[in-house]
Amino acid sequence: MTNVHYSCDIKAEESQIGVLTGMKLHEYQAKEIFSKEGIPTPNGHLVDSADEIPKAMRAVTGPPWVVKAQVHAGGRGKAGGVKVARNSYEVAVATEGMLGKPLATKQTGGDGIKVTKVLIEDGVEIDREFYLGMVVDRETRMPTMIFSQAGGMEIEEVAARTPGLILKEHINPITGWLPYQAGNLIYSLDPLPSPGVRKGLASVMANVYKVFIANDCSMVEINPLVVTKDGKVIAVDAKMTIDDNALFRQKDLIELDDPNEKDPLELKAEKYNLNYIRLDGNVGAMVNGAGLAMATMDVIKAAGAAPANFLDVGGGANEEMISKGFEIILLDRRVRAILINIFGGILRCDVLARGVVAAAKTKSIRVPLIVRLEGTNVEEGRKILQESGLKFLVAKDLAEVAELVSKQVQGM
Amino acid sequence: MSILVDENSRIVVQGITGQEGRFHTIQMLEYKTVVAAGVTPGKGGQDVEGVPVYNTVREAVLNEGVNVSCIFVPPAFASDAIVEAAVAGIKVIVCITEGIPVLDMVKVGNYIKDKNVVLIGPNCPGIISPGKTKVGIMPARIHRKGEIGVISRSGTLTYEVVYQLTNAGLGQSTCIGIGGDPIVGTTFIDHLKRFNDDPDTKGVVLIGEIGGTAEEDAARYIQNSFSKPVIAFIAGQTAPPGKRMGHAGAIISGGQGKAEDKIRALNEAGITVVLNLAMLGKTTKEVIGKN
Repeated sequence: MTNVHYSCDIKAEESQIGVLTGMKLHEYQAKEIFSKEGIPTPNGHLVDSADEIPKAMRAVTGPPWVVKAQVHAGGRGKAGGVKVARNSYEVAVATEGMLGKPLATKQTGGDGIKVTKVLIEDGVEIDREFYLGMVVDRETRMPTMIFSQAGGMEIEEVAARTPGLILKEHINPITGWLPYQAGNLIYSLDPLPSPGVRKGLASVMANVYKVFIANDCSMVEINPLVVTKDGKVIAVDAKMTIDDNALFRQKDLIELDDPNEKDPLELKAEKYNLNYIRLDGNVGAMVNGAGLAMATMDVIKAAGAAPANFLDVGGGANEEMISKGFEIILLDRRVRAILINIFGGILRCDVLARGVVAAAKTKSIRVPLIVRLEGTNVEEGRKILQESGLKFLVAKDLAEVAELVSKQVQGM
Repeated sequence: MSILVDENSRIVVQGITGQEGRFHTIQMLEYKTVVAAGVTPGKGGQDVEGVPVYNTVREAVLNEGVNVSCIFVPPAFASDAIVEAAVAGIKVIVCITEGIPVLDMVKVGNYIKDKNVVLIGPNCPGIISPGKTKVGIMPARIHRKGEIGVISRSGTLTYEVVYQLTNAGLGQSTCIGIGGDPIVGTTFIDHLKRFNDDPDTKGVVLIGEIGGTAEEDAARYIQNSFSKPVIAFIAGQTAPPGKRMGHAGAIISGGQGKAEDKIRALNEAGITVVLNLAMLGKTTKEVIGKN
């Protein structure tokens, strides 16, 4: 029994290619797409209440069973979100232990995410584990398959410690994935798998590329991709992230987005196409452009405060978006000061000013407001703010922004 | 002098009849940019502020001799617009459009790789050679003609930097936003090479951000082959890991992409890195101004 591994081993904890932007799918959703495209996955059944456990156990053969919390976060294994059960009692205990309770992994932050769905799967007997992933490589501008025999481990760590164990194949968009590329990856394995397993691996690779292209993915990851004792190649875990920019032509996938996973303010921001991320500090910030927003966060930190959020209203923001963005900051109770730093380009300062004034009409501003406006239509924007009766502090440049933020922080 | 665009550039605006295209065409005309033609399929024969509109880029090239394109086409059609411009013989293509699907840019990026075409962007503010021409959406009045080259991955952050330079009495030869998307047409190095050969550029300000390895690559190039002073700034020094505000520090780059790694690489290459953005203008003046 000593060399029998099940997919729940701590070793088999899922890794994360990291902070890729995009819409994340749940494991069970990705596995449904995998199955349709011919990538084998374990038998599984999704439950969202304890009542469904008996049905799940009839549908999934077992023993053993693997019980997996469905949250968008890596590190589930270590956090108790993946458990092996050897009988129906253990399945019930594991499932009820997860449903309705928060799961805090190293990626979710302190409070964790409430688990509302649990996947109950067949445990598989593992002979060998691989890592298989696909992302777009900036440098070659090509989708790139990443394959490693160091499966089940955090791939970033493998890359840092033993880069030689990471193999890559760039895929030219003109030819698509070609069989020789599977050969390049598979024939470098030591020991070389049996012909049946080689065929299974090659098929999964070709299908991963198909899934990646057909669904406009920014990332697909299988960790581990296992070879079972009886020689089958199975995707024991599945991660998919969809390119946000392509959602307009992936209407079916939009349905898969899970609002439970998000902060309520982030959800509200998303409704208005605002790029908003809640952070831990208490200075609310509204900025246009991701680079300037990041740099503004740096300025806030350097001034001895911490940003309550990242909010990039973007270039194409209209008055309503600005107004909603400002409202979201006002809704955040932790906010003790607000900084608006806008350098108008495609976003015009007059549009910004009208949006802020509109929001201030519906919600009172009880904290100090620091405004720094520059760029396209700046005079008009400043005039609108001044004539609105709104109380605010004017910063004429970033140095003044830093000074004013620092002063406000001292008073907190 | 300047790089890539100057008073001889003849611009075609693709998507000229849209709201953004029209607004920024007016802004460019006010800057004395030669906007010689516009393109919107189906609207050929109209005009925008006196600029003739054509149905295709090919017609605009034939009739108006345009050689630089500025694209304001919506994301779903932007990759088509880029390739159309390249095939029509446009040599400098500036794509402002934000939100193009990455897999569309995979195709475009590989198509233009071996063509004699410079693609700036997408998702960028464009390029300006102050006092000569402006091809993009940057606010003109913050710029001043001069001898500093600016290359940036960000849009509005570039304005901030240029504003500080101008206030410090430092004009610019050319400012380029290379774009914030995972796949963009040009790198820091492509433009550093051009600035190296431009006798009127005395030094370069390089504005990077977290994600990818473009800054590290630039640092190596500067150390080995760049003869002018460089000042750098990296946005996102305090961005918490795991949040998606920069770009992916993907596995392909071996876990790189952090601000501290970039700053270290730049420092090791002998480049002055400004940590506090508010000090950028002043520091640049100290480093480049005295040369």
